[in-house]
Amino acid sequence: MASRARLAGQGVAVGLVVLLFILLAWSLLTDEGGDLKSAAASGERPQAPDFTLERLDGDGDLQLSSLRGKAVVLNVWASWCIPCKDEAPFLEQVWQDNRDRDVVVVGLDAKDFRADARKFAKRFGLTFPLVYDGPGDALDGYGVTGFPETFVLDREGRVVEAFAGAVDGDDVRPRLLAAINRALET
Amino acid sequence: MRRALGLAAVLGAVLAGAASAAPPNAADLEAELVCPVCETTLDQSNAPVAERMKTFIRVQIAAGDSEQEIKDALVVEFGPGVLAEPPDGGFGLLARLLPLGALLGGAVAVGLLIRAWTRRAAGTEPVEERLDPELERLVDEELARFDG
Repeated sequence: MASRARLAGQGVAVGLVVLLFILLAWSLLTDEGGDLKSAAASGERPQAPDFTLERLDGDGDLQLSSLRGKAVVLNVWASWCIPCKDEAPFLEQVWQDNRDRDVVVVGLDAKDFRADARKFAKRFGLTFPLVYDGPGDALDGYGVTGFPETFVLDREGRVVEAFAGAVDGDDVRPRLLAAINRALET
Repeated sequence: MRRALGLAAVLGAVLAGAASAAPPNAADLEAELVCPVCETTLDQSNAPVAERMKTFIRVQIAAGDSEQEIKDALVVEFGPGVLAEPPDGGFGLLARLLPLGALLGGAVAVGLLIRAWTRRAAGTEPVEERLDPELERLVDEELARFDG
């Protein structure tokens, strides 16, 4: 009986260790967001995770992959985020200046109230497409760790460059515009 | 006596009705809802979105919403992850049952181990190791010679 109990105990212990290893491997394999940003920083062009989210600026949904063939500036924001207020007018300017060049700015509002987001868009006169992700489920795939973050995607939906923080700073604006130009070249 | 019992029943029903009609408590709700940014309960968070949610709760309480209506409204905005306690059905039920199952499994494992240890300590466990048959035969021969 004792040896059977000992064997059962050992089996449970080994099982738990194996389970922990599987969980560790799974978390490492599914940590696509961090990989995506580091891959983009090293000059690769990782595929941006697709999403379908409800539109804030109208009815229906928007699927990211439906914008293939255009360069996309995907801006992750929230109405309670102070740097998001600072960069909003610049993003609207980017949209106005580049919409005729096959560039689409997409605002992804996350972890926010819909009503607050709509007020924000009205206050800053945002006219580019806006989508809503209250729980923030789409952010994991992009490895978003703070607000705002911006991703420039090429015509094939691959990440050309990722920007953590506001993009309206004097040093960041030229980098964003250069990334858009690179995205259009594909 | 019967009248007194009837009166008590009516009084109880009135008090129960009054309790259920009482407005929800903001502090209680803040302890039952999670900030979607920092993932702690609202009462432990001062993140901007948590502060906004606290304001929302107070406004809805003032508007006469029940606790469930406020929670439902926040789930519509932020998803079921905003609830600190999982819902009663579906995956929420699994989340409630898993810790219970783990607790029971652990208790059974500890019980088995204690039983094995106490048996070993009391010496009640039969000795399973047997001598090699050849060695056993030699021991028997020696013992027989010794007895003889």
